[in-house]
Amino acid sequence: MTGTALWAAVIAGSLGCYLLKLAGLSVPASWVEQPFVTRVVDFVPAALLAALVAVQAATSGHDLVLDGRLVGLAVAAVALALRAPFIVVLVLAGAAGALVHVVAG
Amino acid sequence: MSSPARTPDRAATLRDAVGLGLAVGLYGAAFGAAADAAGLNVWQASTLSLLMFTGASQFALVGVLGAGGSALAAVGSALLLGTRNTVYGVRLVPLLKPHGILRRLGTAHWTIDETTALSLAAPDRRLARLAFLASGATIFVLWNVTTVAGALGAAALGGTARAALDAVVPAAFLALLWPRLRKGFPEAAVQRRVALGGAVIALALTPFVPVGVQVVAAVAAVALAGRPRRREVAA
Repeated sequence: MTGTALWAAVIAGSLGCYLLKLAGLSVPASWVEQPFVTRVVDFVPAALLAALVAVQAATSGHDLVLDGRLVGLAVAAVALALRAPFIVVLVLAGAAGALVHVVAG
Repeated sequence: MSSPARTPDRAATLRDAVGLGLAVGLYGAAFGAAADAAGLNVWQASTLSLLMFTGASQFALVGVLGAGGSALAAVGSALLLGTRNTVYGVRLVPLLKPHGILRRLGTAHWTIDETTALSLAAPDRRLARLAFLASGATIFVLWNVTTVAGALGAAALGGTARAALDAVVPAAFLALLWPRLRKGFPEAAVQRRVALGGAVIALALTPFVPVGVQVVAAVAAVALAGRPRRREVAA
């Protein structure tokens, strides 16, 4: 992607996210506080973050791939389940990914 | 001087705000590193932390770009994740009463997960305002400083360290998602079902749609949440 396209995404995304915040402070509460709207909004992060985890860990372009990233993710999941601090989770995941990289060449 | 009864409340509020700011700062470093891994330069990473200033959306934008997605798909996923800040704003208005256009514009910028949670948890309106300002200021400063540090640090890596970074990025997303799936989060079991659905949709679509679109399409998994358990009467 060109630098210009990256900047366009950065600026458009920033402006849009700011306007979403401002809208909450500006529109009548009854527009937003509807059961359907809050229901959807409550669950959007779970759907999108999980999709991003899957895409980041197990795909490359249009292909599904198994490599060190997935091993790192598994290690991270175990660390999170054991309530490890954020920094420990990242270091362990990174170490696992690097190890696979070295072993697999 | 504030009255003795008030002082512990103020101190506790400030302590919570600063503590949360420090914890969030680490995520800023992870974001900076993820932005670098996605091909953004340090200026672009910083612009996101300064102007977008909402973690999940920032991670989503660079995550989609890093996977090779279009600018449109990247912005779309960032905006979908940004919708919850709209709901937060609605809930903060009666608490913070941001009068005047400038105060409203400023309050909007700091309306994020952490500032909302601390403001809503405060025992009264005065402390809610303090919690909002203290956590907003701490997080804003640390988030931006650590973004630069993460981006510059990652840019200096090579070889095996890059492979480590590739594994750190999905782990950072998982850490962002994890608290929503854990017992104690409202409807954690439903959150888990929706998360699983989102991941399955994204992987199933990966071979067939332009890169990045599968992330936006995963929002369809929200349907798995079903109707609200308590039926409220719509106005």
